[in-house]
Amino acid sequence: MDDLLRQARDGRPRAIARLITLVENSETAAETAVTALYPHTGQAHVIGITGPPGAGKSTLVNELAKAFRRLDQTVGIIAVDPSSPFTGGALLGDRVRMRDLAGDRGIFIRSMASRGNLGGLAEATAAIIKILDAARFPIILVETVGAGQAEVDIATMAHTTLVIEAPGMGDDIQTFKAGILEIADVLVVNKADRPGADRTIKSLEMMLHLGAGPATGHHGRLPAEAATEPVVAHDLWAVPVLPTTAVNGEGISDLVGAIQRHRRYLQASSSWLAKEKARSRREVERLLQARLLRQLRVSVSLDLQEALITAVAAREMDPYTAVARLFAQISP
Amino acid sequence: MIEEHTPRVLIAKPGLDGHDRGAKVVARALRDAGMEIIYTGLRQTPEMIVEAALQEDVDAIGLSILSGAHLPLTERVLALLRENDMADVPLFLGGIIPADDLPVLKDMGVAAVFGPGSSTDEIVRFVREALQRG
Repeated sequence: MDDLLRQARDGRPRAIARLITLVENSETAAETAVTALYPHTGQAHVIGITGPPGAGKSTLVNELAKAFRRLDQTVGIIAVDPSSPFTGGALLGDRVRMRDLAGDRGIFIRSMASRGNLGGLAEATAAIIKILDAARFPIILVETVGAGQAEVDIATMAHTTLVIEAPGMGDDIQTFKAGILEIADVLVVNKADRPGADRTIKSLEMMLHLGAGPATGHHGRLPAEAATEPVVAHDLWAVPVLPTTAVNGEGISDLVGAIQRHRRYLQASSSWLAKEKARSRREVERLLQARLLRQLRVSVSLDLQEALITAVAAREMDPYTAVARLFAQISP
Repeated sequence: MIEEHTPRVLIAKPGLDGHDRGAKVVARALRDAGMEIIYTGLRQTPEMIVEAALQEDVDAIGLSILSGAHLPLTERVLALLRENDMADVPLFLGGIIPADDLPVLKDMGVAAVFGPGSSTDEIVRFVREALQRG
């Protein structure tokens, strides 16, 4: 493991790839790797790309990666696709749209299956971002699974979150719903050459204007954090709505400009630190949760778990009582 | 997170033919067998395939070739795998491969060839066994 960690930090692709596999498959390996690499992380600009299936996320990632390469920055890409809830298998097809990036040593692409994790990412995604960060990729693009309305985990891991929409996906009431649109630092209307794109842009802009004002917290602060993190004063970032046509590269340079502006804004307004703190809080909570669950699994016999679940199914016990009984086993 | 290795298999189509139905059928069958399939799409060069295999750290590689160029394409992929210290990753082929070429491919180091009429069960079984050996 030590060799792998050292070679990964040197940016050796084979070592990075093997390390990612180990971290993906084993909680112990993830712990060892993150513990060793954490002091070397914190340099990368992590950019999340989310939106509904078919909006053009992979194609946009392809274009963004090319644009950052023209700026002489190396790019790490993590592309997450869903695992089957029935067989655990997955078809990871994001590379199909990223063929332009082949042969460039300054780009590392890794496809990941969500492996039953909800929220649009895989459980190991946070650890893998750290591997790429420690391998000194200044830009890390994280593409989520095709997201519906509530897959908002990416906002707690990325510094800049792009939400990709496409024309014709619903009327303007869709844009008023809570959830994914709220996490956008930049809203992208891709396939802007299609009919209806202007209307989609207009309704997104209207949604943003109606919510404008100092009382409205936005971008990336989820309710749990909003309560505890100090609200950043002079929260002046106005979420832009940008049209792109990723298949021919139109609008990409404006989008890269907006991403860079957002980074400068975060750093100048101390929102960067606030985001890091929110991310750290969420990560610690998540790891604690996973550990408690593991603890529960080892300290409570399967028979007892089964008995309680059977009792709940038979309406002999309510689910709260069952949980209280289980919890008593680990916190007597 | 469970401590177990989920098999990862690259399914790629090298060369210039545009018939990807076979590759998709195999990808789907392996997916349904609980594996993670990295699907690269059409017209991949051997360089692109080996780069993807390396970054994705796959346990096996399946190539679908119907163009007739299976000998040079396979030879190049195997050479690149050796160059990248990945000679231990089993490579299997599907597509239209004349019987005369089968011994040549075996000698090169191809683990298996599945011609027309092969059942997906057979392919799934082969991949599982290849992974257990590896």
